Amino acid sequence: MMDNENKDKRIPLLIADHLIYEYEGGADRVRALDDVSFKIEKGEFIGLIGHTGSGKSTLAEHLNALLTPKSGTIYFNGESIFEKKYDRKRYRGHVGLVFQYPEHQLFADTVFEDVCYGPLNNGVSRKQAELTAYETIKKVGLSDECFYQSPFDLSGGQKRRAAIAGVLAMKPELLVLDEPTAGLDPAGREELLHMISGLKDEKSMSIVLISHSMEDVARYADRIMVMDKGKKVFDAEPIEVFSHAKELEEMGLAVPAVTSVMLKLKEKGFDVNTGILNVKDAADEIMRVLGDKA
Amino acid sequence: MIRDITLGKYYNADSPVHRLDPRTKLIITFAYLISLFIYKSPAVYICAFIFLLSATLVSKVPFKYILKGLKPVWFILIFTSLMNLFFTGGEPVFSWWRINISREGIERTGLMLSRFMLMIFGSNLMTLTTTPTRLTSALESLMKPLKVIHFPVHEIAMMMSIALRFIPILVDETNKIMKAQLSRGADFESGNIFRKVKSLVPVLVPLFISAFRRAGDLAMAMEARCYHGGEGRTQMNPLRYARRDGAAFAVFIFYIITIVFWGSLIPRITG
Repeated sequence: MMDNENKDKRIPLLIADHLIYEYEGGADRVRALDDVSFKIEKGEFIGLIGHTGSGKSTLAEHLNALLTPKSGTIYFNGESIFEKKYDRKRYRGHVGLVFQYPEHQLFADTVFEDVCYGPLNNGVSRKQAELTAYETIKKVGLSDECFYQSPFDLSGGQKRRAAIAGVLAMKPELLVLDEPTAGLDPAGREELLHMISGLKDEKSMSIVLISHSMEDVARYADRIMVMDKGKKVFDAEPIEVFSHAKELEEMGLAVPAVTSVMLKLKEKGFDVNTGILNVKDAADEIMRVLGDKA
Repeated sequence: MIRDITLGKYYNADSPVHRLDPRTKLIITFAYLISLFIYKSPAVYICAFIFLLSATLVSKVPFKYILKGLKPVWFILIFTSLMNLFFTGGEPVFSWWRINISREGIERTGLMLSRFMLMIFGSNLMTLTTTPTRLTSALESLMKPLKVIHFPVHEIAMMMSIALRFIPILVDETNKIMKAQLSRGADFESGNIFRKVKSLVPVLVPLFISAFRRAGDLAMAMEARCYHGGEGRTQMNPLRYARRDGAAFAVFIFYIITIVFWGSLIPRITG
């Protein structure tokens, strides 16, 4: 992490190069990743969307070097991470992965201890680890009382925050979150997503947010990648991706409700701009079109 | 990481062996295992092998799956056969430096190896063709007479089926937690034994917690459906012997007669 400054600015943070991964499911082989390539630039916020079984979680585990592809590789800062000599343990400190239901991995006596676990594994001194832990717990929005509580006494939403803090404390350059809002109530979802997008602005961290909800991703992502049956189908800005509403529906994915309304209006002959992602803009746009007619 | 546990792994296919009553399979497997320990003559093992081979062919289970059962024990197998081979006294057939291999050693190794392999393959064939649920209901039905002495047959069968049901779930869970801790920089491989044991704490604690959580959920779900033990409980698919079970027993009795013939009559005539 020290040599961030003198790294070549033109090299993307991470390049996935023709990843192919297969696993044995029953009697035959299933291709979970089928020739997937993409780039992630520094500070980018990417939404990774796909139906259950589309290969998005498998991809996440590749990004964290937990699975090794059958062919293809990932370059991190220009170096292939599946090279024999590459230090993958260290690499996992640079790319944090928040699993689905991350609260199931909490184990220590106190929240504070649990958050210290990652940095300590990275070989950081005890003092430095505690400092980082303190900072991160604050950042994920847990109150002071939580610090020395057992993680198992927290509420569901707090547990999730504590677990995310455990990954953030390793100060990753790229953070991959696998369905971080699953099982949270709408308010909790909103807060968590807001917190995550705040991380990007503050620390220029690159973020990959995996979800099957377009609504969640549409608001925050700079770019959306859509996976279907192990293949990367779309990789573009949200507005561009949502213009393919029909194809997305065929994959079992829904475009955000607002976009869907605008597309339907257009179909009915109203001359509206369909590249709209939030309710307020949509209302303005509809008023504009109706105003023209009146 | 923990993978490939063949224990209780059912191979789904539609074959006469799959359709047999689980009690039939359980009794035959049990008797088959005993039959392997009665005689020492190689002819008997050839019979046992032919019997197993034909059962496997009928069952449509690929040999690959049956061979997988050797995975957890191959080390012990090799180790004991080497011990038997080198340290059985007797008339040496081959000696080099301090190593003596005797005729008795070779015989004993061959005997032990074939016994073990046939045992493992035989019991594997049963678990591959019978779902754990059917197996436990077979056990329950076979142990029913023990109810007379107030042995909690139903409860034990229920516990067994729940335990079997949870093995794959807990294996998955362990893999997931290990991966999660690996991504937080955990290291399960390096260091001495104490460090390794200590490094497992972050896996075991969440694993236990999830096991307790699942147990609690399951208990609640069972109570919500008014489960109150075995009293007056009937089964949706009660076990019934069919004609094919009779056929299976007939084949098995033929096998027993054959090995008794080869095992005790032939040596008497020739010897």
